[in-house]
Amino acid sequence: MSSATIDDRAVVKPPGLPSVLSVGWQRAKFDVRNFFRQKDAVGFTLAFPVMILVLFGSIFKGKVEGTNIEYSQVLVAGILASGVASVSFVSLSIGICNERANGTLKRLAGTPMPKLSYFLGKIGLVLTTAFCEVVLILGIGALLFHLHLPTDAGHWLTFAWVFVLGITACTLLGIAMSAVPKNEKSAAAVVNLPFVALQFISGVYVQYNSLPAGLRAVASIFPLKWLAQGFRSVFLPDSFLVAEPGGSWQHPVMALVLAGWCVAGLLLCRMSFRWGTEK
Amino acid sequence: MLPSRAVGGIVEGIMNNVIEVSGLQKRYGERTIVDQLEFHVTAGEVVSLLGPNGAGKSTTIEILEGFRGRDGGEVQVLGVDPAHPTRLWRSRLGIVLQDRSLNEELTADEMLRHFSTFYPQPRGVTDVLELVGLSEHRDQRVAKLSGGQQRRLEVGLGVIGRPDLLFLDEPTTGFDPEARRQFWDLIRMLAHEGTTILLTTHYLDEAEALADRALILVDGRIVAEGPPATIGGRGHLGATVKWVGADGAHEQLTETPTAFVAGLAAEFGGEVPELVVSRPSLEDVYLKMIGIHQ
Repeated sequence: MSSATIDDRAVVKPPGLPSVLSVGWQRAKFDVRNFFRQKDAVGFTLAFPVMILVLFGSIFKGKVEGTNIEYSQVLVAGILASGVASVSFVSLSIGICNERANGTLKRLAGTPMPKLSYFLGKIGLVLTTAFCEVVLILGIGALLFHLHLPTDAGHWLTFAWVFVLGITACTLLGIAMSAVPKNEKSAAAVVNLPFVALQFISGVYVQYNSLPAGLRAVASIFPLKWLAQGFRSVFLPDSFLVAEPGGSWQHPVMALVLAGWCVAGLLLCRMSFRWGTEK
Repeated sequence: MLPSRAVGGIVEGIMNNVIEVSGLQKRYGERTIVDQLEFHVTAGEVVSLLGPNGAGKSTTIEILEGFRGRDGGEVQVLGVDPAHPTRLWRSRLGIVLQDRSLNEELTADEMLRHFSTFYPQPRGVTDVLELVGLSEHRDQRVAKLSGGQQRRLEVGLGVIGRPDLLFLDEPTTGFDPEARRQFWDLIRMLAHEGTTILLTTHYLDEAEALADRALILVDGRIVAEGPPATIGGRGHLGATVKWVGADGAHEQLTETPTAFVAGLAAEFGGEVPELVVSRPSLEDVYLKMIGIHQ
C-alpha cells in the first residue's frame, strides 16, 4: 500500500495549465510595463488631472460661499474623483478599444490564456495607475492647496470603501464602454465627450450646489458625482456640509448608487464584450 | 460498448488526421463563403490553402482556429470540434494572424517571456529567439524591428507553447524578397521539427516552396488538390521547348522534351541557340483554374 503511494509520487506528472491567478498576475505586470513605456499615455492619463488641479487651483481663489473652506480644497477632492475615473473608465475603454482594433484581443483569444486573467490584468493596471494618481494628487493638494489629510481611521475607512466601489464601477463601465466606439480613431472622442461633460456637472470643477437643479439631477445618476462627494466627505470638515446637497454626505445613497453601477457595469460587460474574433 | 480495437482505430485516426473537415459550410447573409469544403491534414504535413482574395481561405482557417462559427459540416482539429474550444486544446495550437498586433514599446524577449506563461510546457525564450533568428535583437523594442523581424517574432509567439499544429494566415504579405526567403527558411525548419502547418497564401511560389500539398480554393470550393509539383495535372502537361533557329524563334510543346532537345542538338551540331525548356508554372495552372471557375 505504502509502496504504491511512493510509486505514484515518483511518476512525474505533466505540468498542467497555469492557474487563472498566475496568468492574471503576469497580465497585470505586462500591462503595467506596457503602460509606463508609453510616455504620451502616461503623461495624458496621470499628468492631465494634476495639470488641471494646479491651473484651476491657482486661478480660482477664495472660499466657497457660506463656508470657511477654500475652493482649491474642494477642487482637490473633485480632481481626485476625476483622476480615479480617468485611469479606470477613460484609460481602460480607450486602451481596450485599441487592443480590439489592432488584433491584440484576437491574438490573446487564440492562446490558452484564461479569459478572466485578461480582466485581472486590467484590474492590476487600474489599481497601479490609480495608486500613482492618488498619491500625486493628494501630495500636490497637501503641499500647494492646504489639503488636510485625515489622521483618524474612520475617515480613511470611508476613503477605502468609496475608492473601492468607485473604481470598481468605473473599471467595469470602462470595459463595457470599449465596445461603443466604431474604431480606435474615434475612441478618444467618444469616451472623453461624456466624461468631460460629467466632470462639469458632477462637482469636480464647479461647486456642486451652485449648479442648476436639472444638471444636478442628471449628474446624480452617474458614479462621478458620488465619487467626488465621497472624497469631499473624507478630506473636508463637516463644517462644509452647509454647501452639500441636503446638508449631508449621503453615505448610504452613495454606497447604493456606486454598488448599483458595479452590478450594471458587470452586466453591460458580459453583454457587450467582444474579443474581435467574429466580425 | 465498442470493441477495444475499434476504439483504438478511432484514436489512431484522430492522431493521424490533425485536421478533418467535411461538408463545411459558412454563409454571411445570402452569400456563401465556404461551400461543402472537404479536406484533411495529417500529422507532420505542411498544407497550403491557396486562392485569390475572397476565396474563403481566411474564413476557413478562422473556423479551424475556433474564432468563427460555421453553418454546417463536421470539423475536428486535434480531435476537438473548434466550435467548443478549451484551454487545453488552445495550448496545442499556434496561431499567427494576419493582423500585426505586437506591443511596440516592449522587447522581443519580453513579449515571448510573457506569452510563454500561458502554456503548460513552453519552449525556452532563448531557444525561440534563436529559432526565429532574433537572438541579436532580443532586447530591442518591437517598434525598432523591421517588418520581417516583427513577423518572425509573431511566429515565435505562435510556437512558444510547443504547438502540435501551427496556423499561418498570409504570413508574408508585404515582404521584400529577401525577408520572404528568410521567413520560408524558418517555416521549413519548423516543418522539419515535425510541426504540422496549415498556411493560407495567395503567393503561388510560397505554396510551391513550403507545402507538401496545396488546396486551391475558388469561391469557397476546392477546385484542385495535390502536391504543388503535380497539382492540376501539372506533371502531365508536357514541356515547352523554345529556341531560335536561322528563320527566327520556335516553340514546341512536347511530352518527351529530353529526346526532342537531343534531336535539336544533333540538328544544330552542338549548342541550340537560346534554348529554354519549361514546364507550366503553378501560376499557369492556377490562373487556368481560376479562369475556369470564375
